Amino acid sequence: MRAEKFTVISAGHGGGDVPATPKNVPHKGGDANPSAAALQAQFGPAIVRVDVINGETTVIVDRDKAHDIIQWLHDEPTHAYEYLSDVTAVEHRDSQRPIEIVWHLRSIKFRRFIRLKAMIVKGSALSICSIWDIYKGADWLERECYDMFGIQFVGHPDLRRILLWEQFKEGHPLRKDFPLRGRFSRSQQLENALAANPEARYSMEELSIVDAYEELPLDMRRRLLGGEKTGE
Amino acid sequence: MATKRTIEVELSTTGLTKDGKAQRIPLVMGGGAAVALEAPPSMEPELEGEHMLINIGPQHPATHGVLRLVLEMEGETVVRCIPHVGYLHCGFEKIGEYRQYNQIIPWTDREDYLNSIGNNVAFALGAERLFNIEITERCKVLRVMAMELSRIASHLVWMGTTCIDIGAYTPFLWSFQYREKIYEMLEKWVGARLTTTATRVGGMAADIPEGWTDKLQSFVQDFPRTLDECERMLTKNAIWVGRTVGLGVMSPEEALNYGLSGPMIRASGVDYDVRKDFPYLDYETYDWTVPVGTSGDVYDRFLVRMAEMRESVKILAQTLKRLPDGPVNVDDPRVILPPKKKATSEMESMIHHFKNVMEGPRPPIGESYVAVESPKGEKGYYFVSDGSSKPVRWRIRPPSYVNLSAIPKMVEGHLLSDVIAINASIDIVMGEIDR
Repeated sequence: MRAEKFTVISAGHGGGDVPATPKNVPHKGGDANPSAAALQAQFGPAIVRVDVINGETTVIVDRDKAHDIIQWLHDEPTHAYEYLSDVTAVEHRDSQRPIEIVWHLRSIKFRRFIRLKAMIVKGSALSICSIWDIYKGADWLERECYDMFGIQFVGHPDLRRILLWEQFKEGHPLRKDFPLRGRFSRSQQLENALAANPEARYSMEELSIVDAYEELPLDMRRRLLGGEKTGE
Repeated sequence: MATKRTIEVELSTTGLTKDGKAQRIPLVMGGGAAVALEAPPSMEPELEGEHMLINIGPQHPATHGVLRLVLEMEGETVVRCIPHVGYLHCGFEKIGEYRQYNQIIPWTDREDYLNSIGNNVAFALGAERLFNIEITERCKVLRVMAMELSRIASHLVWMGTTCIDIGAYTPFLWSFQYREKIYEMLEKWVGARLTTTATRVGGMAADIPEGWTDKLQSFVQDFPRTLDECERMLTKNAIWVGRTVGLGVMSPEEALNYGLSGPMIRASGVDYDVRKDFPYLDYETYDWTVPVGTSGDVYDRFLVRMAEMRESVKILAQTLKRLPDGPVNVDDPRVILPPKKKATSEMESMIHHFKNVMEGPRPPIGESYVAVESPKGEKGYYFVSDGSSKPVRWRIRPPSYVNLSAIPKMVEGHLLSDVIAINASIDIVMGEIDR
């Protein structure tokens, strides 16, 4: 009846048993995901450590090799991690501990789940490779991570704030040095909000679409040229 | 793009009988006329003209919350779509780092507010893996009931609001009638309709009251009839089909690459369902199937969601048969409060009560990521614990956030009025997207 039809990709078509609800999972130890051993064989020293906690395999990888490792996991047909669940970061309460970037990957084909982690030592540049070129779904997840932690994803095509607005000057809220109530007092926050430019609803990129920039009031154009950020 | 496809439809008409009474002609009784539907016209590059910037939202009923879309239009065709989110950002994840585990549960109600009890269950499952607790059998079945009821409620809201967006009003009323019945049941169970806060780490806030299963039984019996009625109104309705077929197509490979989940990815032809592939709550022991679409358009998403509601009813019927007796909460004084009588009469219970309330349960050092199949897709909670009673990191993996991030890919090349239909088909909840 209808023209275009896709062939159904079936989860678990790589074989294996019918999965069951995990029961009596040990807190530490247990069987690691077979992909972890394959990663160790393939990348050797770039795999720092493999942990199994609560039945979940965590592979801690070298920060500079993270992109290659994820690319390999995605492309290798015997592992086929073609689904990106999540990209996020963790900062510990102990300020000496490094910031962790966490990737949750799934293999739909083999019904496997793996967690990759890369450590950013405090004091070094807060940047990591973007995996947007492997998974398009990483776009907003990495933007959120940048917004909340200030981590630069190198190679991301459009890394700007997503949940907060561009003029937000208080920093990155999920960092542990960010106080729960914000950096400014309530009255200062209100003052900042009132002083913000309410006309700047569109980003420069959006304004350039229709040459609307030329039609803006002169004072606003001057402010924009002076580097004032627009957009929300 | 310009493929022609035909779908058999019969127009709904009301005629008069010989004696002047109104006569209803059923919608789908076979032998319908074949109406040819053009695929949406693709953008014609030779068309000269100025591009227009159109802003939809954040205050617009068809954006289902405070979503703002900036559209670059060429005539009536969308050339580019730039979504803006964050108008509802409340910092749930930050607040969670300052709360004990049980104190976070009220926040989970408020993110995906159409599926609040499902979020409560998902949160509890994640925390229980972190605490290394095995919950009781009765609790498992009760949680499956909660999740499936809330899935039906969420899909009903989706169907009703999407119908309104596309121009049908009656299914909205029918679906909200049954949603109301589900909320009445939840109210009888936990005392709240929307903000349920129904679970605790290690169990539930309350067992179901007496006679509650009878209500569920009658719901399971009656509800499929309403589904049939809605399907008769929509599935082969010419307007509905014309407004949904061929819109926002995502191929299976694209859907995987964009990280879509839930009905979105299944409509595209990937039968990924967390309940089947990474089971929890013994879902593998229930007899049900995963509905999969093959065209990846708005129409298939509708079909998948309708079929999912039927499967949920199937699961609910099975939970009624197997609901075991026994305790709901685990017998573990580390996480569960002792009964009030014991707490006021026994020294040890009083200490447990005091520690649990004042300090909160403490999980071992570790981390856990538990994903469940929420009505919108793969909803995951990621916890990192340093051994204290408050999580170091509580991360929500929001399915509709990732689904929405594919909207530029889906709408570009379609007409402005189709943007509304495509946006509706994603089933977004801004509370979950902005958190």
